[in-house]
Amino acid sequence: MSAGFYFGVEVFLNGLMAGVMYSLVALGFVLIFKASGIFNYAQGVMALFAALTLVGFQSGQIPFAHLINAVFGTELHHFGWKMPTILALIFTLMVMILFAFLVEKFILKHLVNQEPIILFMATIGLAYFMEGFGDLMWGSEIKKLDIGIPQGGNFWLEEKTATLGGDGFYGFYLDNLDIWATVCAIILVASLVVFSQYTKTGRALRAVADDHQAALSVGISLRAIWVIVWSIAGFVALIAGIMWGSKSGVQFSLSLIALKALPVLMLGGFTSIPGAIIGGLIIGVGEKMFEFLIGAPFLGGATENWFAYMLALLFLVFRPQGLFGEKIIERV
Amino acid sequence: MNTQSYVTADGRTIGPAVMEMKNITLRFGGVVAIKDISFDIRQGEIRAIIGPNGAGKSSMLNVMNGFYHPQEGEVMFHGTKRRAMRPHQIAHQGIARTFQNIALFKGMSTLDNIMTGRLTHMKSGLLRQMVWWGASERDEVKNREVVEKIIDFLEIQAIRKTPVGRLPYGLQKRVELARALAAEPKLLLLDEPMAGMNVEEKEDMSRFILDVNDEFGTTIALIEHDMGVVMDIADRVVVMDYGKKIGDGTPEEVRTNQNVIDAYLGVAHD
Repeated sequence: MSAGFYFGVEVFLNGLMAGVMYSLVALGFVLIFKASGIFNYAQGVMALFAALTLVGFQSGQIPFAHLINAVFGTELHHFGWKMPTILALIFTLMVMILFAFLVEKFILKHLVNQEPIILFMATIGLAYFMEGFGDLMWGSEIKKLDIGIPQGGNFWLEEKTATLGGDGFYGFYLDNLDIWATVCAIILVASLVVFSQYTKTGRALRAVADDHQAALSVGISLRAIWVIVWSIAGFVALIAGIMWGSKSGVQFSLSLIALKALPVLMLGGFTSIPGAIIGGLIIGVGEKMFEFLIGAPFLGGATENWFAYMLALLFLVFRPQGLFGEKIIERV
Repeated sequence: MNTQSYVTADGRTIGPAVMEMKNITLRFGGVVAIKDISFDIRQGEIRAIIGPNGAGKSSMLNVMNGFYHPQEGEVMFHGTKRRAMRPHQIAHQGIARTFQNIALFKGMSTLDNIMTGRLTHMKSGLLRQMVWWGASERDEVKNREVVEKIIDFLEIQAIRKTPVGRLPYGLQKRVELARALAAEPKLLLLDEPMAGMNVEEKEDMSRFILDVNDEFGTTIALIEHDMGVVMDIADRVVVMDYGKKIGDGTPEEVRTNQNVIDAYLGVAHD
């Protein structure tokens, strides 16, 4: 085989890995949409907030230091210690669960039975609130997130595959971080599926996603389920925040990954967990391969920026329910 | 109030009242849906509430079920006044129900649907479930056995794994009954269990309701506007019209009640 072919395979693999990262974000959307019919605009900001909180705990930052300094004229910044990563992760998770409680108590509870668009608007408000709150709590400078995941190319793989493609080919280059993200995503999805299929709470989650009235009649508390769902979505946001934050730093633009999740959702359907994964993979591979085969040689490159949205548009025209979404049938 | 137990002609024991409705009045704004109605439901009996469309039967069921809170009157459950509670808490009190328009989890299998009926009996906590270990697994297995028994009883073994959205109407109704039964309720509320069924399906459903009552001793309250079926299976019947109670008694007494005849057949105004 020629070097060009193996280079294509490498692009394909990198596409898969990028796709996993998109799927991670899309997953958070699907979970909340399924359980409560809310398109949670704040999912991206939740990832940002989780990453900010994690870095803050890890580096021993004092929360609201800027605010305290401004009000009292003090010069506080750090506690002066570093927290072990695992402890910081646990604390961050607790913050995300607390966040889920507050969202239920102050927003969802008051908007039961409202139109989806109203709930959507509420999550837009929530997104901007969290963005500002995150800045106020942890500061707005760009931070480095390092929880010990190895980064940079995987040399083992590169060496082992170096001889495949002849002279012009130097082995597959895959980033360790991407490999880690893939493994994490697989574990995460597998455990979510097992949890929702084989446990009482998982069954209750699916029941609420299916029919609210029936769920109430068998004794499921909608509000308890919403707290659980938002907590799980917070956990998924934390994972996504860690992966994207380790890659490109923790900063405002992290919240924009939500925009990349949109085409994934169009493809996979808003209600399907496997759909979110496969949609992410198709977008990831599609945009890399398109760039490699058509974009770079013929269109002057930079097609990755718009390819996903074009694909989503095509899907909207020809298969609006997505690949795996429930078929839209209107009974007359 | 009825406190004496007695044995029916077909050998079932009817105990003291499980639920008592005392002077219930329910209004929606200016509209009076239920006006000063009292009746009781006794342990082990099949109690029917009938009436023409718009008589307030479904509102009554929703009061019994705790979905609506009446402006006046009291609901006594097992001899104590029931406080206002949130809809999902009713199930934990031991009241299960079915819906007129079938409220099943359409994407889930028959088995999963019925398993949700066991939720109030499953005690393992969230963390235990996450590791799926010991108590959580035993819980699941034990409750699965109960569910299998109900599946056999209602003769729906063949559709165990089928998503209920794909089942025909009559079978969906039966799955909904199975889910309510799985909760081993102290009181089972059926909202028009025969609505929209053909004669054969109605006969099947009547047989299941009688069998459930006989086999498990379940107290059943059901709403129906088809008088024929109700008269055959109910022990006692409440008749409602325009939100008021116009008759109460055995099917025989109700059938000969002049008010009931007027409500159903119409009365000449001069």
